[in-house]
Amino acid sequence: MLYVELALQGLVNGSMYAIVAVGLTLIYGLLRILHVAHAGLFTLGAYVTVVLTNATGSLVLGAAVSMLVVGIAGMVIYRLLYEPLLRQPPYVALIASIGLFICMEEGYRILFGPYGNSFSSAWLTERLSLGPVSMAAADLAMLVGAVVLLAFLTWLMNQTRLGIAWRATVTDAAMARSFGVDTIKVRYGIFFMASVFAAAAGSLVSVLNNLVEPTMGSVPSYKSLAIIVLGGLGNVGGTLLAALMLGVIEAFGTIYTGAYLDRDAIAFIFLIAVLMFRPQGLFGAR
Amino acid sequence: MGTYELSLIAIVSINVLLALSLNIITGLCGQVSLGHAAFFGTGAYVAALLAGSGASIFVSMTAAGVATSLLGLLVGLASLRVRADFLAITTMGVGFVFVGFVRKQNWLGAEMGLSNIPDHGLGEWGFVVLCVTLVCLVALLTAYIKRSWLGFAFVAVADDEDTSRTIGINAAAYKLAAFIIGTFLAGVAGATYAYFTRFLVPGAFGFGVSISILAMVILGGLGSVWGVMFAAIALTLLPEFIRVINDYKIFIYGLLLLLVMRFVPGGLADLVKRWPPLWARVRGRRWKAS
Repeated sequence: MLYVELALQGLVNGSMYAIVAVGLTLIYGLLRILHVAHAGLFTLGAYVTVVLTNATGSLVLGAAVSMLVVGIAGMVIYRLLYEPLLRQPPYVALIASIGLFICMEEGYRILFGPYGNSFSSAWLTERLSLGPVSMAAADLAMLVGAVVLLAFLTWLMNQTRLGIAWRATVTDAAMARSFGVDTIKVRYGIFFMASVFAAAAGSLVSVLNNLVEPTMGSVPSYKSLAIIVLGGLGNVGGTLLAALMLGVIEAFGTIYTGAYLDRDAIAFIFLIAVLMFRPQGLFGAR
Repeated sequence: MGTYELSLIAIVSINVLLALSLNIITGLCGQVSLGHAAFFGTGAYVAALLAGSGASIFVSMTAAGVATSLLGLLVGLASLRVRADFLAITTMGVGFVFVGFVRKQNWLGAEMGLSNIPDHGLGEWGFVVLCVTLVCLVALLTAYIKRSWLGFAFVAVADDEDTSRTIGINAAAYKLAAFIIGTFLAGVAGATYAYFTRFLVPGAFGFGVSISILAMVILGGLGSVWGVMFAAIALTLLPEFIRVINDYKIFIYGLLLLLVMRFVPGGLADLVKRWPPLWARVRGRRWKAS
């Protein structure tokens, strides 16, 4: 049953990557910006959740407020940082974003201390058993949370006028504008929703580990970049698949290659190998 | 000068070498690399292994440069496949793979680090003279490249690769050349570092180091020799002189990257050009308001 548990563990990690990466890939499709600071918002979401939950005793309230706060922070970042840089070469926004991410991580360290914060009362620590397979309840919460969020996203993007306007803008902004879509509003909308998702992932991870650290965003930040490149930048479905695949590959990879390489290296070897053969990404179209 | 000042000169020289080497790849040729520390590290480990087996400092420095430029050639080949943002992510990946690989290799000291690197045998002063000489040579080399046909082709590729092809520039060859030259110099810087600290740990070549080298190049102004040198010296010395800064060093690096990119993407070199009164004073001429 080791394999089933490994695969489950991989899916749990993969679904966390998926929630973070799906917003990134939309932002890339929209503005051609690799938004590294997205993972800084993920950490912000986790901190707001922990601090508010400890203050009020309600996890639901903490998570809801954190999603709202982080969503607004995402729009502010777009307005103040990216909008003025849209006419510059792409590396300008990328490096500015890395700078912002470093500032955020260091800012959390200075504000909250380097050792991390935990929930004052721990939930979801019991393990559930399904026949021979067992998993932590928090893992299950992560999987369920991911399914709910991604189902919501699918509904939004396919069934609502708002989502169709978003998709149209991501595909061809000039054409969408000529059909009367307010593409500036779409940008704010996508930054808001992507950041809300990042905050949700942050909250879920804070429950999963019962620990929020200043550097908790590092792994999702660099890995979600790898994932959106693999998924074909701007391609939502490809990104989801790539995220889940990477989660599972890492889970098995650490067992088989752990003696030669660490976990982060596996993800990037996979990325480099794919890029050399398919520069447009695993699921990207030319 | 005491040991502290001499070691400070050595550290500054190593950082200036690294910044100048990345300046050739990213500044002149426009290929953004987020994994320069991997080349720095390769040079350091190669030099350490050779020094351990009894090679002299000059032999192991040269060999470190050559070995690193081979890795640079490989990554350069990747730059022919993927461009711009994708290349940035690929080079970042190379950085992570390098650290992830070294961490697990017992013959490279793994997490515990590679110690017992032999002394360079040049004496304290001799080593510092070597460092400063290397910096001068590399600065002159970069200035020469900028004025040559090679530099012209680099800048053309950086500006617009497709257009440079249409005027008959073999963009692929020049990108490879930039990677080979730049990574050779990074390897030499790595060898210098290995002889300087005589103790290597994988953490010294992580993503943060790649970013701080990039911060020096960006802050100085992509492609500018004196700008990059000034930025490298300033970013290395400031935390040494102002202890308060040391605690917030990484924060300030991040903030600098953010602010420079947001307000003066051209860096210090651009700032000086856009500020005629200062420029005129530097040149010793009067500024005509016109």
